Amino acid sequence: MPQVEMVDIYIMGKKYSVPESLTIMDAMEFAGYQLKRGCGCRAGFCGACGTVYRIAGDYELKVGLACQTKVEADMYLAQIPFFPAVKGVYDLDELTPTAASLARYYPEIYRCIGCNSCTNVCPQDLNVMQYVAYAQRGDIARCASESFDCVMCGLCASRCPAHIAQYFVGILARRLHGKHVLPRADHVQQRYEEIEAGTFDAELDDLMNKDIEELKSLYNNRDIE
Amino acid sequence: MYTPQMKELIKKVEETRPQRVGVHFPRMSPEDKQEVLKKYHPDFIEAGFSEITVGVNKGDRVPLELATLIDARSCIENVELDLDQYDYDVDVLVIGGGGAGAAAALSAQEKGADVLLVTKLRFGDANTMMAQGGIQAADKPSDSPPIHYLDVMGGGHYHNVPRLVRALVNDAPIVIKWLEDLGTMFDKEEDGTMVTNHGGGTSRKRMHAARDYTGAEIMRTLRDETLNRGVKVIEFTAAVELLLDEDGKAGGAVLYNLETEEYQVCRAKKVIFAMGGSGRLHYQDFPTTNHYGATGDGLIMGYRAGAKLAFLDTIQYHPTGAAYPPQILGLLVTEAVRGRGATFLNIDGEQFAYHLETRDVASAAIIRECVGRKKGITTPTGMVGVWLDSPLIELIHGEGAVERMLPAMVRQFGRFGINISKEPMLIYPTLHYQNGGLLIDEHGETNVENLYVAGENAGGIHGRNRLMGNSLLDILVFGRRAGYHAGETYKDVKLKKLTLEHVKKYHAELEKNGVATGGRISPMLLPRYTHREVLEQEA
Repeated sequence: MPQVEMVDIYIMGKKYSVPESLTIMDAMEFAGYQLKRGCGCRAGFCGACGTVYRIAGDYELKVGLACQTKVEADMYLAQIPFFPAVKGVYDLDELTPTAASLARYYPEIYRCIGCNSCTNVCPQDLNVMQYVAYAQRGDIARCASESFDCVMCGLCASRCPAHIAQYFVGILARRLHGKHVLPRADHVQQRYEEIEAGTFDAELDDLMNKDIEELKSLYNNRDIE
Repeated sequence: MYTPQMKELIKKVEETRPQRVGVHFPRMSPEDKQEVLKKYHPDFIEAGFSEITVGVNKGDRVPLELATLIDARSCIENVELDLDQYDYDVDVLVIGGGGAGAAAALSAQEKGADVLLVTKLRFGDANTMMAQGGIQAADKPSDSPPIHYLDVMGGGHYHNVPRLVRALVNDAPIVIKWLEDLGTMFDKEEDGTMVTNHGGGTSRKRMHAARDYTGAEIMRTLRDETLNRGVKVIEFTAAVELLLDEDGKAGGAVLYNLETEEYQVCRAKKVIFAMGGSGRLHYQDFPTTNHYGATGDGLIMGYRAGAKLAFLDTIQYHPTGAAYPPQILGLLVTEAVRGRGATFLNIDGEQFAYHLETRDVASAAIIRECVGRKKGITTPTGMVGVWLDSPLIELIHGEGAVERMLPAMVRQFGRFGINISKEPMLIYPTLHYQNGGLLIDEHGETNVENLYVAGENAGGIHGRNRLMGNSLLDILVFGRRAGYHAGETYKDVKLKKLTLEHVKKYHAELEKNGVATGGRISPMLLPRYTHREVLEQEA
């Protein structure tokens, strides 16, 4: 059987030899860690495992989600499982979908110096600086759409010289968009009212009291859209 | 990136693709379904199960790995605790920081309760965050809650508790409206009409989505709102044992700060378990789609306190887990992929099952194709899988459809050099969901008074098989119901002295029955991985 390829990595400066096929997260566990912080869904959705690293000999600081990034030889890494940032506390009902609403809670957006560090650091490859620009202009729809795939890992905020917490700006924009910009679904409101009025109660009661054979026959003969 | 050998096999998929467009593969008959389930579904593999030896469900069959945690001693057996000294004293204690926990906390607080939410990882680190495909609700004119009811019952093989199903389908449109009010960005037409699709086992297009980040979008919205409303949230703090009062009613929990390793006592008039599932127990060695914290803690604590378990012998294997590349083995490939038209194909590029069979049937059919008929595709690490022909979606919905409809999937496979718009995905069933759990009533309450359960740790709603889009729904329906009911009734609760006598009794029963616990303690809280198996694989 061929040998498993091993590489040396440095977890917070300490050297470990790990199989080269592993992700950073698996490699940390292989090295003996039982993760508490810095590990969540293990599938690239939750943003718990933001990691920064450098490869020996390369000046560039790189980033990735530990669960979605393979180790490389001579990788020097540290996890950033938490980054302090202040979330605005708001009542969505009272806000309008405007630049003023975003600026009220996150005035730092106007301090953006256009360095693009946030975009460069985003493990989701989002155009973070662009959505901050949309926020400055009050283009809520574009800000919401551009930031939609954000996993709120906080790496953007960790690199921002203007002290912006981009991911909090993004979620406020998305909620403003969902609540105040997108048209409401009339059919949802209508169905809600029908349910409140008890429109389906009799039919549901009837179904609840049917025996299994009757239900089976209804199910197996139901029409499919 | 696919290996040259795999790329060669993909040519067969490409060859047959034009002939497959628009051709409907026949659905299985009810008899065929039973046959494939009995022969190939892991629920029917007897070696994977064991009987519970103590407690209210003594004699019931549960997965082996869960049974070993039920037949275990409490992790606080030797911890000194003064139960008359409370570190926290609240009206409602919510344990778990996923969608069910957030919904319960918001609802209980809305009714005026002082709420504390504790979670062993971060608030929002939960399976909710990972649910991609969608959430069901019968809110279109062609649909109705009774039609939804029938789909849920049929999908659950008629074992579901009828009044729980009724609550589920009745509240579904109410939950959608609630989410819309909170600013959740659902996929909509220009006039506001929800874009809805089919999922496995649905008879109407009632799957609402937010791209393929549906659960993430719901979770981050609820988390944001919970923080806006000032609910107290403590992260990296697990519950390790339920506290009862002298009358045997729930009265709080012993908490454990994972970082300082301190234990604390929380008294609460109402306790809501929202601790999720148990995929990280890796039943029958399956990989799992589940969150790191899905270790079945709620089941263990509830059971020790006398709460009944139901349907824990039925586990959902998601038919489409990633089988390649190895770095994302077991990762969920959203059901939306087959919802949009992608089909299962074997090594010869032939379809072998209708693409929208229910999850249990689809999983069994894939295992049959690989294990029974030996027509799977083997990867360099020895995994076997079948193709899921995602490029077919482009032929059905037009060029660019995959990128537009499935951005999360495109990104995840793209990170490893696979372009799912052009190349099929290799998949195999993965451990996804515990269909059963602690048995609840329509308020989310268990047979232990003042103990509520919402979300995946609850049982009865889905019978023996849950349909796609009904778990994002159930966590919110029953999270809200539990929260509202607890919030409306906590004022009537007069708590007596708190005790852990039930744990002592449980230990005594283990001893009386001669159960060898072998030093095992539970709940598990976090799994432990070493990845040593990688060393055994071929390079």
